[in-house]
Amino acid sequence: MSLRAMNHRNPVATHQNLRLGFDIKRRRPLRKKHNGEIALAAPNGNDAFVEFERVQKSYDGETLVVKDLNLTMPKGEFLTMLGPSGSGKTTCLMMLAGFETATHGDIRLDGVSINNIPPHKRGIGMVFQNYALFPHMTIAENLSFPLEVRNIGKSDREEKVKRALDMVEMGDFGGRRPAQLSGGQQQRVALARALVFEPELVLMDEPLGALDKQLREKMQFEITDLAHRLGITVVYVTHDQTEALTMSDRVAVFNDGRIQQLDPPDVLYEEPKNSFVAQFIGENNTLEGTIKEVNGDIGLIQLDDGGLIDAKLINVSKPGERTRVSIRPERVEFNRDRLQEGVHTLKAEVLEFIYMGDIFRTRLRVAGNDEFIIKTRNAPDQVRLQPGQQIEIGWLPQDCRALDA
Amino acid sequence: MSDVTDATTGKRAPTPDDALRIADSKQGGPVLAADGTPLKRSLARALRVQKLRALALIAPLLIFVLLTFIMPIADMLFRSVENSIVSNTLPYTTEALADWEPDTGEAPGEEVFQALYYDMFLAAEAKEHTTLGSRLNYENSGISSLFRGSGRSVDDVGEDQIDMLEDQGEHWEDPAFWYAMMSGDGGATDEGILQQQRQRLANLTSDNFGGEIGFIPGAEIAGILPRTVRAYTAFALFTAIADEDVVAEEEPWEAVKVALIEDLRTTDLSGYSGPGAAELQEAQGALADAEPISYRTAFEGMDKDWADSDVWRTIKIYSPAYTTGYFLNAIDMQKGPDGPEARPENQQIYIMLFKRTLFMSLMITGSCILLGYPVAWILANLPARSANMLMILVLLPFWTSLLVRTSAWKVMLQQQGVINDTLVWLGLVADESRLVMINNQFGTIVAMTHILLPFMILPMYSVMQTINPTYLRAAKSLGATNWTAFWRVYFPQSVPGIGAGSILVFILAIGYYITPEIVGGTTGTFISNRIAYHISSSLNWGLAAALGSILLAVVLILYWAYDKIVGIDNVKLG
Ligand SMILES: Nc1ncnc2c1ncn2[C@@H]1O[C@H](COP(=O)(O)OP(=O)(O)OP(=O)(O)O)[C@@H](O)[C@H]1O
Ligand SMILES: [Mg+2]
Repeated sequence: MSLRAMNHRNPVATHQNLRLGFDIKRRRPLRKKHNGEIALAAPNGNDAFVEFERVQKSYDGETLVVKDLNLTMPKGEFLTMLGPSGSGKTTCLMMLAGFETATHGDIRLDGVSINNIPPHKRGIGMVFQNYALFPHMTIAENLSFPLEVRNIGKSDREEKVKRALDMVEMGDFGGRRPAQLSGGQQQRVALARALVFEPELVLMDEPLGALDKQLREKMQFEITDLAHRLGITVVYVTHDQTEALTMSDRVAVFNDGRIQQLDPPDVLYEEPKNSFVAQFIGENNTLEGTIKEVNGDIGLIQLDDGGLIDAKLINVSKPGERTRVSIRPERVEFNRDRLQEGVHTLKAEVLEFIYMGDIFRTRLRVAGNDEFIIKTRNAPDQVRLQPGQQIEIGWLPQDCRALDA
Repeated sequence: MSDVTDATTGKRAPTPDDALRIADSKQGGPVLAADGTPLKRSLARALRVQKLRALALIAPLLIFVLLTFIMPIADMLFRSVENSIVSNTLPYTTEALADWEPDTGEAPGEEVFQALYYDMFLAAEAKEHTTLGSRLNYENSGISSLFRGSGRSVDDVGEDQIDMLEDQGEHWEDPAFWYAMMSGDGGATDEGILQQQRQRLANLTSDNFGGEIGFIPGAEIAGILPRTVRAYTAFALFTAIADEDVVAEEEPWEAVKVALIEDLRTTDLSGYSGPGAAELQEAQGALADAEPISYRTAFEGMDKDWADSDVWRTIKIYSPAYTTGYFLNAIDMQKGPDGPEARPENQQIYIMLFKRTLFMSLMITGSCILLGYPVAWILANLPARSANMLMILVLLPFWTSLLVRTSAWKVMLQQQGVINDTLVWLGLVADESRLVMINNQFGTIVAMTHILLPFMILPMYSVMQTINPTYLRAAKSLGATNWTAFWRVYFPQSVPGIGAGSILVFILAIGYYITPEIVGGTTGTFISNRIAYHISSSLNWGLAAALGSILLAVVLILYWAYDKIVGIDNVKLG
């Protein structure tokens, strides 16, 4: 346990604590099932706000872009769809917004099937990747547009627009045209416009894609902050995993038209359920081998070069099965004193030592893999490994996950 | 770029960013560039080089446009006020008319008719009198035949006196004798008279009368017989250059002899001893009691209209080199005794034509917008392959000759045409009351809408193509119905395309010629048809130019108004 505490600082956890300060009633405790997995669906139906049930989508009638999508979101959740390009994230969002129709299956909003409700009646706020601010209207007109089409009176409208602009700190920009704003400002206006008519559900499709890193981080915080303050439900699409981890209550990892894993960020990071998720989220070391013995949920793996290690069996179970074990760089330990008695260790040669300020990053050759990375915290007593040094590495069996090959 | 560091001193060298930073920090006061010059000036200098380079690139086009477009337009504008034909053809007459008062209602005096004789004689020799006749005929009908007739009989003026002169001896019909007498036979010469007559003939005929003619008037004889020398010099120039004959071998014109007879009446020959001195004295003696030539009677004998002061007023009014007459004519007015006045009701035509042209161009533009907008919208929203197919259909008319398309409309619309036949066959229209759809405004509007439609669709399409479809989605996600999303979000963004298309179609329509000519009949023709008529049939180029200038002005004014109302930067062609 000490090892975990030392090496793993979950950025998500701190962020979540911070957010909790704004809105306490929002969060439903995440339920753990007896086997430690987090429930995929909300446990009872009344709680579900957005539901995808067995949804399929094909554009051309030949290939399925979305295959069998099942997803349930409670009210107030911030859910991120994360996945490589072309994995069907935007398609899902468009089906929810009503701009694409599902080829099969049912999409429900607050218990009502919306398959046949036209987009403008769904009351879903949407932030587009390119913001889609109307270029011929001023910022204030852009914001008042959704209110006008809802026949809200002029004074009411003005007040709401002002409040929404103030909320994103753009109060002084009401008279400008979108083209006269910076990317970050446009982004905030787009957000304000999606929120000004007080939708309960807001969809955002890579809204920060065009911004530089600093601005993106600032906006990430502002968006989550706002979403939680207002208690709105958000479906957020990105292919930036850091963004997904820092902002979301839950992350749905998409690949190949399916949700590979749907979990809170920490679970996703620490307990990836298959090798795609393990590879996709965060940095990961992988070693390939075969299961030799099985002891409960821990297995003894024989690596391809003969070395033996212990690993937690996730989606492999039988002796003789091929497996790819994955271990996070910060969970690898090379100080023998800190390792448990009797654990299996591997020999490693230090290839490169990189000083990165807060951490050290060391590249090793382990079992024929030249890209094995370990990360250590920069502490006064920390050892700085020298290239060419021969060391032994090990880890807690729970931290090493044996996944599908 | 912002961190240019001077390695030796460690100080940062000034960069363009510094200037901007300074500009930010201190408001007001001239902003200085890094080298201390005002920022504005150094910016202007930097931009000037760029501008020059750009100018060099467009120079060929600029020259081309200048030669083939700007200059003809300038020429047209000039022609619409230019009127030197009267003073060029009748230089002495217009001069003599200066003192004549048209209000008296009397024809001018003898000296004007005498001037007219010399002018008319030369003009008739050069065959320019009919041109002037047609020109003045625009202002006062009848002048054309007056001039044509007078040009024919002007040779006969002073017949009797010439006979008397020729009776004095063969030498008066001898070219060599005349040549020797007029050139002074080696004595001092007078180049001035030659230059003057060269210029006069050049003005009259618009040809070049430069070059050697083998004759220079003598100075002494020019002092004694000024009219004769002037007339002979004109004769000599005309003979040598226009007829390409030898001056000394041609007998002079009657006008030269008339001038001599006139000169002999007043001149004093006593001091003269040059060539022909004896013959001249003999002739002066013989003609002393001959009756003087009455030019006025002679002209009135040719045509009694010469006694009409109206003819003379017209000549006088149009004698200045520049005139507003064409413009007045173009707006159905004319020059009256007391300034501009409206033309008689039955001659008013142009204002009505201008109004009709504007009205029909607007109708055509309007129907192009109505028909073109949906097509452009579909084009912009179809997948690329089908859009290309449709685009070919839109452009198809361009591949067919304009004449063929217009004639096809004739086939479609005429009373025995396809549409009428179909309607009759369907029983919607009785056979005896077939619809009149051609040779009127309806026909012109239909045919021209069809022909100009691509010019509306193309700019609209290229603008609509740039409108991102996510705007519509965004509008719908914000709660707008399909119609509201279109009207509030899509349409305003497509307005620049409508503007560009409208300007294009309207300007093309307002100057259109062929289609209204073929299908317009009498009620559906445009002002341009009238302009073409004046250019090719009536040859009244000045009026055509004035009408064209007004058309140009109308287009410019409309363009300006459009800029004020919509803003020209709101016009996008793509
Ligand atoms: N309108 C369409 N017609 C046909 N195929 C489409 C259409 N839109 C998307 N696709 C296809 O569907 C698949 C999923 O597309 P989608 O836009 O949902 O991906 P995405 O996950 O949003 O990717 P990215 O991260 O690049 O935005 C892709 O293979 C894409 O080519
Ligand atoms: Mg996408």
